[in-house]
Amino acid sequence: MRYYAIIVMLLCITITHSQNCDHSLSGTVIDLHDGQILVGATLIIAGTNQAVQTDIDGRFSFSNLCNDTYSIQVSHPYCRTEGFTVKVLGKTRRSFRLEHHIEELNQITIEGKAFTSKSKTILENTLNSKDLERYSAGSLGDALNNLSGVSSLNTGNTVIKPLINGLHSSRVVIINNGVRLEDQEWGAEHAPNIDINTVGNLTLIKGAGALQYGGDAVGGVIIAEAAKVPVKDSLYGKSLMTMSNNGRGASLTSQLTKSHKNGWYAKIQGTLKRYGDFKAPNYVLSNTGFFERNLSLGIGLNRFNYGFEAYYSLFKNDIGILRASHLGGAQDQVQAIESDVPLIIDDFTYHIDAPKQNVTHHLAKIKGFRRFDNFGKLEIQYDFQRNNRFEFDIRRGDDKNKASLDLQLDTHTLLLDLDINTSSKSSFQTGLMASYQKNIANPETGVRRLIPDYDMYALGAYGIANFKLNEQWLLEVGGRFDYTHMDAFKFYRSSFWESRNYDVIFSDIVVEELDNQVLANPQLNFYNGSGTLGSTYSFGQDYQLFINYSIASRTPNPSDLFSEGLHHSASRIEIGDLRFDSEIGHKLMLSLNKRSQLFSYTINPFINVITDFIVIEPTDVRQTIRGNFQVWEYRQTNAKLIGIDVDASYSISGNFIYNGQLSLVKGYDRTRKEPLINMPPAQIKNEIVFQKNSVNNLRLSLESEYNFKQNEYPDNNFEVFIPEIGATKLVDVSTPPDAYHLLHFNSSIDFKTTKNKTLTVGLEIENLLNTSYRNYLNRFRYYADDLGRNFLINLKFNY
Amino acid sequence: MKNVKLLTRLLFVAILFTACSNDDDAPTPVNEEEVITTLTVKLIPSGGGSEISMIYRDLDGPDGPNDPVITTTSDLATGITYNGTIRVENETESPAENITEEVEEEDLEHQFFYTPGGGLSVTTTYSNFDADGNPLGTQFTLTAGAASSGTLTFTLRHEPTKPNSGLSDAGGETDISATFDVTVQ
Repeated sequence: MRYYAIIVMLLCITITHSQNCDHSLSGTVIDLHDGQILVGATLIIAGTNQAVQTDIDGRFSFSNLCNDTYSIQVSHPYCRTEGFTVKVLGKTRRSFRLEHHIEELNQITIEGKAFTSKSKTILENTLNSKDLERYSAGSLGDALNNLSGVSSLNTGNTVIKPLINGLHSSRVVIINNGVRLEDQEWGAEHAPNIDINTVGNLTLIKGAGALQYGGDAVGGVIIAEAAKVPVKDSLYGKSLMTMSNNGRGASLTSQLTKSHKNGWYAKIQGTLKRYGDFKAPNYVLSNTGFFERNLSLGIGLNRFNYGFEAYYSLFKNDIGILRASHLGGAQDQVQAIESDVPLIIDDFTYHIDAPKQNVTHHLAKIKGFRRFDNFGKLEIQYDFQRNNRFEFDIRRGDDKNKASLDLQLDTHTLLLDLDINTSSKSSFQTGLMASYQKNIANPETGVRRLIPDYDMYALGAYGIANFKLNEQWLLEVGGRFDYTHMDAFKFYRSSFWESRNYDVIFSDIVVEELDNQVLANPQLNFYNGSGTLGSTYSFGQDYQLFINYSIASRTPNPSDLFSEGLHHSASRIEIGDLRFDSEIGHKLMLSLNKRSQLFSYTINPFINVITDFIVIEPTDVRQTIRGNFQVWEYRQTNAKLIGIDVDASYSISGNFIYNGQLSLVKGYDRTRKEPLINMPPAQIKNEIVFQKNSVNNLRLSLESEYNFKQNEYPDNNFEVFIPEIGATKLVDVSTPPDAYHLLHFNSSIDFKTTKNKTLTVGLEIENLLNTSYRNYLNRFRYYADDLGRNFLINLKFNY
Repeated sequence: MKNVKLLTRLLFVAILFTACSNDDDAPTPVNEEEVITTLTVKLIPSGGGSEISMIYRDLDGPDGPNDPVITTTSDLATGITYNGTIRVENETESPAENITEEVEEEDLEHQFFYTPGGGLSVTTTYSNFDADGNPLGTQFTLTAGAASSGTLTFTLRHEPTKPNSGLSDAGGETDISATFDVTVQ
């Protein structure tokens, strides 16, 4: 609270700036409905003689304005003329949205966004295409890592899984181009199957408020959208190439869009990435290369009253898994942890050997919409996804080149959404969802199925209403109900089936008893309710306060329910439980947001109380013919996560900008009164940016990233018998690694080759000082250091 | 408008098809081929006498909850040298699969280690070797020293560094680590 008071005081100083009249107002005029730019719109400032027209890119600019409030009239041949009130402070940017259709006049808002917001009462973090281009060679997780409150759960350097306010996997819903990604996200070592280069705008919602996408986002929602296609005759594209010395690889991506003024458009995009073994500061991380190939195609028609889109994307990736992380049991684990360097270090190679993953994800969708006068907009979408996942372990004999895991997950979804324009003060959105999912685990692997064959049927319905009470207050209320039916066929080991007492509790679901296995047919039903209630209060010059409370209910995922066996990549036995109920999260968020030219900041504290939170924890050490293994069991508990995310941006002088970020989250198991495992340690980022638009948009930045040591963690250490010393030894799998500090340098400069063509050249250095460090949230932190210095050269060509 | 109608029709056809293609066939079971359940060590006194068997049997495999059953038929006699053979099996299959053959075929990628612990006085030497002349160890000799008792651990490593000076620098992955309580009388 004291902090808040200080910031308010600081702001008071900035507001009472001198009354110079050399300020400016610039921005774009865009279509309210689809974010398309409006060319040739006329803007007139009342009481002055100033009038301008938007250019071919929809941009306008006024100069010689005072720090004052102006009334501006915006008109366009196909829109109703509207008046707006704008406060000018320094170099002000504002975008105006016009109703690009004369019959419908009921909704006009001023928003500086080309993409509509997904939740009205949760502050959204977004990355636009310019930000995203910096991560062209990386992954979705790398890009999101840049936002406060987001970290990642890594498996080596190639599998980057986003973690939002301490939660990950099935608790984070990812929406790719309007399609909910279904790609075996339950696995901690499964990265989202999405090409970062298909994304034009990335939105992060740190809560379950966006109910249109699902009611189970206990952690949050990530929404990736394609760039909007303008309704004009055009053919444009861009190519990006990134070469990096660490991994000795390159990434190449190109896209081409053809648009027509009658609304038809077509686009094609492709990406190729090839990397060999990456390097830590002092050694090669053997078998950590990857080879990614992606393609996407889209065709559509975008008219005011109706439109459709057909879209297909293919994502294919071969990922090497650090060779030294593949272990045969607790004895090997002791050796690996005790060694300062990985136990296997080979020469650099592009070859990817076992252990490795091979993932293919197909996504196809068709969507149509129709707008009805004086009623609203109806949207219907069907999508199909097929995810093939192969995981290869180090095996013996004839099985050497056979996958140990071979899963095919097919998902069909039908969505129906209706936006109703009730009045200019309120809006209502409702929809239905029906989906069918089938998982097939190939028995040819010769390894018992990790995830069983199942059919899953889901039905959902939601409604969200917004009320604009006055200029200051906006209220949002929403509810959603989901029904899930799961019909699985699972082979249990007879000894396990009996030891868990399932033979008594679940005797009615046994289909067949074999020599040493039991085939069971669990049919599970889950009824989940979720909701959101929030308010946005706008006050002062440019302050907004967001308050949101949301309830999310998550159906246990297949690994929570069915796990029963050795997880090779974790070298431990994992056991799920058929009896789990849905996990229910209550998240309360508060965000104070100030946007101004000079100083902007966001303070975002939150509390997330989760009942029946599913955690996996060590319970036992099992003696086996392969030595000792630690047994980890899933259980349900009550958890509490509290934290705060802070972002700040300060314009030091004309060319220098400071950006700062703080992320802090603490997670506790309230039943056992101990910290939760894998909670991200506190992180502070500071960045100085030098930007000079007059010198070819030159941009230089130096970023410092400080990661604290996680000081709160559960003690999961165990003892293991070591034959060489004839005694037991403590295996420390709990103690987090030390704090570390990294510096990153980034630069870019534009060259205009012809009138419409730009070449952007960038040089980036990650981990500038080649610091050796280990990250608590990297599952391979026991075995190897994280990545060393990396020089990247980026070339971007717009045409 | 025509497009929208056509699309809607297509959608419903697609849904109908997917809804009908569901079949409830029970899946086929997977019998793990690579599981090692049983290690049998046979020790035959070189000067004749009765054979000693040491059996480590984990019938539900490393993932199963049941503890392994460990049996040793008799104690070792001081001063006696034994010719040892190791047999590795998967008894989840019927008949049991002999994995020793696979280990011997892939001799370059395997090695057994014999580790006495807790004051047990025995010495071992390798009796068989891989194609490069490095130890393989499915056959060995064991000499019992002074009267003592302790543990004897048999370790099979997959893809160890060869040659090596013992378990500590062999690396690779542990396929078997079976410890027996042994007495020399």
